[in-house]
Formats: sequence, C-alpha cells, structure tokens
Amino acid sequence: MDKIQADRGRRRLLIGVTSAIGGVGVGALATPFVLSMLPSARAKAAGAPVEADISKVEPGMMITQEWRGQPVWIVNRTPAMMVQLAKNTHLLSDPDSNKSEQPEPCKNTARAMPGHDNILVVVGICTHLGCSPTEKLKAGNEGGMGSDWPGGFLCPCHGSKYDLSARVFKDMPAPLNMRIPPYTYLDDQRLLIGTNKKGG
Amino acid sequence: MVSQVMGWIDERFPLTKVWREHLAEYYAPKNFNFWYYFGSLALLVLVMQIVTGIFLTMNYKPDARFAFASVEYIMRDVNFGWLIRYMHSTGASMFFVVVYLHMMRGILYGSYRKPRELLWIIGMAIYLCLMGEAFFGYLLPWGQMSYWGAQVIVSLVDAISPEVALWIRGDYVISDATLNRFFAFHVIALPLVLLVLVFLHIVALHQVGSNNPDGIEIKNHKDPVSHIPLDGIPFHPYYTVKDIVGVSGYFIAYFGIIFFLPEMGGYFLEENNFIPADPLKTPPHIAPLWYFTPFYAILRAIPQKQLGIAAMGLAVLIFFLLPWLDRGVVKSVRYRGTLYKSALTAFVLSFLVLGYLGTQEPTIWYVNPIARVCAGIYFGFFLLMPIYSRLDKTKPVPERVTS
Repeated sequence: MDKIQADRGRRRLLIGVTSAIGGVGVGALATPFVLSMLPSARAKAAGAPVEADISKVEPGMMITQEWRGQPVWIVNRTPAMMVQLAKNTHLLSDPDSNKSEQPEPCKNTARAMPGHDNILVVVGICTHLGCSPTEKLKAGNEGGMGSDWPGGFLCPCHGSKYDLSARVFKDMPAPLNMRIPPYTYLDDQRLLIGTNKKGG
Repeated sequence: MVSQVMGWIDERFPLTKVWREHLAEYYAPKNFNFWYYFGSLALLVLVMQIVTGIFLTMNYKPDARFAFASVEYIMRDVNFGWLIRYMHSTGASMFFVVVYLHMMRGILYGSYRKPRELLWIIGMAIYLCLMGEAFFGYLLPWGQMSYWGAQVIVSLVDAISPEVALWIRGDYVISDATLNRFFAFHVIALPLVLLVLVFLHIVALHQVGSNNPDGIEIKNHKDPVSHIPLDGIPFHPYYTVKDIVGVSGYFIAYFGIIFFLPEMGGYFLEENNFIPADPLKTPPHIAPLWYFTPFYAILRAIPQKQLGIAAMGLAVLIFFLLPWLDRGVVKSVRYRGTLYKSALTAFVLSFLVLGYLGTQEPTIWYVNPIARVCAGIYFGFFLLMPIYSRLDKTKPVPERVTS
C-alpha cells in the first residue's frame, strides 16, 4: 500500500515536471516564429526622412508627400484661412492640441512652425481608424459640406471632420487631431519630413 | 469480392462502422424543413471554396507589386480563370448567406439550447474563423477597398494595442509584408483551423443529435425493441436525397449570380476594388462587404473610438452567450409567445437595417441616428432575453414531432 502511494506521488511529480519542461520548450520554440512577424530589418530601414519642395505650392493649394508609406499633406493656407482658424475654437474637441501629437514648436493654433505659420504639414491619416481624409479646403457649401463649413478635411470612412489645422471637431468618431510629423525647414522652399534636425 | 475487400478494410479501419453510425443508421428527426438545408450547404460551399482557392493560387502572386495584375491576369488570360475567380468571390458571399441562414435556423428553433450549447459554440467559432478568412482574403486582390478595408480593421487593433497591430502588419503601414502573411493565413492557416472546427461541429452534432422545428427530443420516444427513435429516419438515404435537392436549388442561385451578376451591383465585388491599392488616397466612400456591414454600422454609430470598437466586438461575441441568455421553457419559436416573437422580429429587422446603413455614407443625416436605435434593439434582444424569455406566455409543446 505504501509503495503504491509513493509511486503515485512520484508519477504526479514526473508528469508535472515533464509538462513544465515541455511547456518551456514550446514557449521557447514559439518565440522565433512570433518574432519573425515583427517588421524586418528592411522594413525598419525604409523609414528614412524625405525631402519635399514647397516652392510650387501656392496659397490655397495642397500637395501630398509619401513618408513611411503614409500620406503627408503640405497645405499652403491663405490669409483668410488663417483668420478662420482662430474662430474655430468653440467647434473643436482639442483646440489647443493638448492631447494630440505634434513637435513642440507646432503646438499652436496654426499647428505650424513659427515663421511659416501658413504652411501646414500633417500626416493625412484620420485618428479614428486610419483612413486618409478628403480635402474640403474651401469654406462654405462648395464641397457639399453645408454653408457653415469653415474649411478643412472630411474622413470618408466614418465622417470625422477636421479644420484647416487638422484639428478634429467636437463629437466626431476620431478622438484626436491629426498627427504633425517631425519636420524641419532646410530653407524657405524645402522641407525635410521625418526629423527635427537639418541634415538628419 | 466487394465484401472481401470491405472485410479486409474493416479489420484495419472502422469503415462500415463509421458509415453506419454517421449515415445509414444516424437517425435524424423526420420533420426537417427548408431551414435544414443550410448545414449541408455550408459544407458544400467550404469544399467549393477550397477547390477554387487551390486553382486560384496556381496563378495568383502574393506580392504587392504583382498581386493586382495577377488577379486581372486570372480574369482575362487564364483559361476559365474568370469562372474560377467568380466562383470563389461569389462563393465567399454565398458562404455568409448560407451561414447566416443556418444561424437563423438555430435561433428560430432553439438549437443552441441544452444539450447543444457546445455545438452552438463550435459553430460560432466557425463563424469567427470565417470572418477572419473573408477579411484576410479580401486584401489579396490588392485593390483600393482591399487596402483601406484592411487599414480600418487593423486600426481597430491599433486602438487597443499598437504593438499587436505592428506585429500583425509586419510593417508600419499595410504593405507587401502584410499582404504576404495574409495570404499565408488565408490559404493555409485558417482553412486548417476551419476544417478541424467543422469536424468537431459534426462530432458534437452526432453526439447530441439534431434538433428539429418542434424543439423536442426524438430520443425521448424510442422503439422498445430496436431502440431507434420513433420520429427518426436514417440520414442516408432520406436526408442525403433531400440535401441533393437543396444543392440543386443552391447551384441555380449560385451559378445564376456567377453568370449574370458576378459583382452583385458592388455588393459581392466592390467597384473601388477594380482600382489598384493606393496608400496615399482613401476612396471617397468606404464600406466593407455586405456581410460585415451590420457590425460596421454599430462601430460608426458610436461617437467614441474605444466604445465603438467594444460595441462592435460585443455585437459578434454576444452570440456565444445565447444558450445561457435564453430562459424560455420551450425551444422552438412555434411554441413561443408574442413577447419572444416580437423581440425576435425586432432583432432580425434591426440586423437587416444595420446591414443596409453600414453600406451608406455616414454623412447622410439619418444614418447614424437610426443605427443607434437599431444597435439598441440589437443589444436589447440579447441582454433583456433572460427577462422576456421567462415572462413569455408559451404554448404547450407536443410529445411527438408534428409533420
């Protein structure tokens, strides 16, 4: 009787140890497979900064530059558009961009670098579910946005609206203002998107 | 000669035993109706999707540079490539038609109730797997809707955990790496899981036996001598023959669509997906394929990102709880009272309306308000079920099945 008891105890111990060691082995073996799905060295290297020439972007115009596979918009806002920005405050969810992402110098109403207030550089990806909003730059009903539209962007996926500083309106599916990427002016006509440092 | 061969096999593999237990002597209730076609049809569609899928992989290239062109190559240059591709794309939508009707049958006749809870849960796992299969497959043509649809769904993950989203994409945006791995999931990983789950679904079904439109157990009345259920008939030949009729009807509809309406006016293949993927430009109107639109409408209706995602997830997962939410004394809708029937009608209507709203642009003024009301009805059907299913005035249930 004692011997059977002892054997059961040993058997349970052996089963436990075998399962534990086996489990560790399975976990160790799974690691390379799980990690193989993370971005490869090549994908990581592809995130280098890109240069953009803004000399041909006239007031009221917008161009799109690809950076890390994402659209970066560069908008040259007219003086009238700039005046409108300050009037939007009561419509917006985060007018001072306190919760939103931007380089520190761009944390202002224009969400632009000081000295280049009229130039908006923004990652054109809706903060809701990653669609790229449509430009509705002109104020008023021209783009079917209603006569009180102050000008901005509309996300076609879920209807989030942004103003011309890419700040999201109140009560929209999108929680935050669109992201301003790190960028720097190489000179008055050329931008380097993806870094804060010249020649970076 | 034949019996000698069978004998040789049976000594080594239980062929005759399996044939008897699962076909020739598997007794199913004799009162199956139209709704009972969709289980066997789902199996047929699965086989068709696997076969057409195999032939598509012979010409498809899972590479962001060539994927779109290789699908067009299949459509234009491969012999009968158009037919195989339309069979696969139409089959995907028809899979959901069949599965939704199959689930509706389960809800109508209480097929998820004890002792069939596990059967229902395995079935729901199949449904989830199918949603994954449809999602991964939809990226492969690398059209605009493929790309932006994937972008939206992966963003749902991103909102919860950016690390997991990065791991799923394998890149900072939806890219070639994503396409390549979605191909792997679509073509091998999920189909294997699906096959195992379907096998388990049938094993569980044959353990508990089929429910029927009366929602009563045929095993309660067995022949005292043979122990065969008095209201049961052998699956083969009775239901194999019935199912062949179902297959004929299904093929008329299926091939009718393939030959005359393969895009189904943009519902089976969306117009925007005939434009190659452009990561810099979202199409002006983006909507998932029709089978996801009820859930998509719920996501959009809620003006807060995380809550919207949670509501959408809950809308799918809440089906798992159905066996425990339903406290009715009868299983089948035939013997339920007005209260339950009204709730079920409201639920089905809300599901259909949500499905329609999900295809419409969110800027139309009535879309989100109506979607909110429908989402309320949708969740009310489930969450209030423990109350109204118990209060419901039911009719007496017959001892034996009715014809």
